Amino acid sequence: MRYQLARTTTRAVNAASRRLGRGHGTVAGGRAGLKVDPQLLRRLAAGRHVALVSGTNGKTTTTAMLAAAWRDRSADGAAARSVVTNETGSNMPPGHVAALVANRSATRAVLEVDEIYLPRVLAATDAELVLLLNLSRDQLDRTNEVRMVANLWRAALAAAPHTTVVANADDPLVVWAAGAAARARFVGVGLTWQLDAGGCPSCEGHISFANDGTGAWRCVSGCGFARPEVVATLVASDGASSGAHWADGRTYRIDLTLPGRFNRANALMVAVAAEALGVDPAEAFDAMGAIDEVAGRFATKTVDGVEARLMLAKNPAGWTELLDLVEGDTAPLVVSINARTADGADPSWLWDVPFERLAGRNVVATGDRCWDLSVRLHYAGVTHRVEPDPRRALAEAATADALIARGIGAVDVMGNYTAFGELLAARS
Amino acid sequence: MSAPLRIVVIYPDLLGTYGDGGNGLILARRAQWRGVDSDLVYAPSDAAVPEGDIYCLGGGEDGPQVRAAHGLIDDGTLVRRVQGGATVLAVCAGYQIVGERFAGSDGSAHDGVGLLAMTTVKGTGTRAVGEVTADLNPDAFSALGIAPASGFPTLSGFENHGGVTTLAQGTIPLASVRSGIGNGDGSGTEGALDGRVVGTYLHGPVLARNPVLADLVLSWALDVDMATLGVLDDDAHEALRRERLEAVAPTARRRVLGRRGN
Repeated sequence: MRYQLARTTTRAVNAASRRLGRGHGTVAGGRAGLKVDPQLLRRLAAGRHVALVSGTNGKTTTTAMLAAAWRDRSADGAAARSVVTNETGSNMPPGHVAALVANRSATRAVLEVDEIYLPRVLAATDAELVLLLNLSRDQLDRTNEVRMVANLWRAALAAAPHTTVVANADDPLVVWAAGAAARARFVGVGLTWQLDAGGCPSCEGHISFANDGTGAWRCVSGCGFARPEVVATLVASDGASSGAHWADGRTYRIDLTLPGRFNRANALMVAVAAEALGVDPAEAFDAMGAIDEVAGRFATKTVDGVEARLMLAKNPAGWTELLDLVEGDTAPLVVSINARTADGADPSWLWDVPFERLAGRNVVATGDRCWDLSVRLHYAGVTHRVEPDPRRALAEAATADALIARGIGAVDVMGNYTAFGELLAARS
Repeated sequence: MSAPLRIVVIYPDLLGTYGDGGNGLILARRAQWRGVDSDLVYAPSDAAVPEGDIYCLGGGEDGPQVRAAHGLIDDGTLVRRVQGGATVLAVCAGYQIVGERFAGSDGSAHDGVGLLAMTTVKGTGTRAVGEVTADLNPDAFSALGIAPASGFPTLSGFENHGGVTTLAQGTIPLASVRSGIGNGDGSGTEGALDGRVVGTYLHGPVLARNPVLADLVLSWALDVDMATLGVLDDDAHEALRRERLEAVAPTARRRVLGRRGN
């Protein structure tokens, strides 16, 4: 009775919220449903095969990739409905509940999960697979310490003996968490951001990275904690594609529509996860190759007549990956920084991002915290202009560029969470 | 030609959680922009601490903080160089470990480096997280060698710590808190000062919000009067300070009004 009422409540609030134009209505309905029945997530997950995706960066895109890879191709026209996922990025239990209520027939669920909530969601869903991407500093005013998250995960996985973990072998904190799992498959995808991984999570010793291309790392204090054996490895990228080598000798090509080394790394982790779930990696890569945007990331959008390529990064590791991605580009660049609740109130992390690489480009700083960014760019030697209003900043970047003024090319726009969301939602 | 001014960022692998490396960069650039040759050195925890003129220590998580303190005590260079006149800017966890004692994650006491006569224990309440506005303590003016008439500006920053720091008699608080928590021992103070060692809970790039503090540290290290340092283009700093102080001000006013009502 309570369960049915909770489901009806979730659907009703979601529908009302959509009608009132208050976004996708995923969180409000889920929250209301959980109030009626606190066990709602457990009940909605029961009887389904569940896979969870968590980590600091890449959750939303990786979740979409795993959902695409795990579709039941034997189900013909119903393939798209065979997997349910929280595709809007609402990654806490209300978002999970809303997604599951909306598709009761799907026997498979792929859920993106906020790092802090992973233990609770794992316990409620009894997931058969957990994919762990990476852990690095992010919104420290809210979640405090990244090592605490690794320990939370470790305890949760120790209490989930039926769960298979697929984890990044190059991130010591992730390896530490996965080490408690009954079954773990490690994947060698590299780690661009190593500054949060220097302390050994096992003995407080020092982790040393070989940085010689082998990817080897180990604790030099002698506790024995070291890079585990891997199932598969990402091999050298030649611009837009990468290869994947399985330890048993198989090789695959990774060709994605989505840009960036980090997306290809995540695709390899998804292929290993898909294989654990019974999907041929070649089919998994095929399915992922067709994805061209996820929740607006990397989408091109016209705002006030200016074409903008929208890119999202939320923390130093994510920004470093994005700066790699735009290296060598000459398009004007708008960088937008906010520090609202969803972004974390403290933009100190701007000093961890290697903005020096933008020297020589046409850069406009914008967003609520454009002055924090401006001081950082000043010390990075990046000549720039400041325009607090993001839409005006976009126009300013475009008019300063001769080609774009003639309608050729697009402005690159990088923003953190709410700054990105604002531009994505802007009316064309 | 004298040797370049050497700025050492200590253990960025352990003490760099909040973009604290930015303080070293700001000092190096402000020296260079004034024609002072400077070296910026990031000194990792698995090597000896190099000789330096200015040492910057940043924030860090509990475990790495304890390792950093052990490393600095065993290494000995920092204490020796400070005795020889080197300047230190220590923030957040780095501030705690330059004291005499500080608390680990379980509350247990650890030896600090002992550059400032103060002790830090684990707080019993919630963590201190948020914007801080603080006025420089009048006693600190004389200790810093600045006449109050020169109008040392209000300090602005962000704190995120769970520690409560009590200064020993004779250790000068850097500032008194207008909004935020600071040292958190009930004295309303923030930070500490002794000789050429300055510590603060205003973490991360505190110098980005307070360029005058950067110039003060530089003037110590260069052994010159602050007024003789050349004027720089600080327009972006000034705009940032204005924006932050205005953003924080309404909260502070509300609190004062609330108190009056009680």
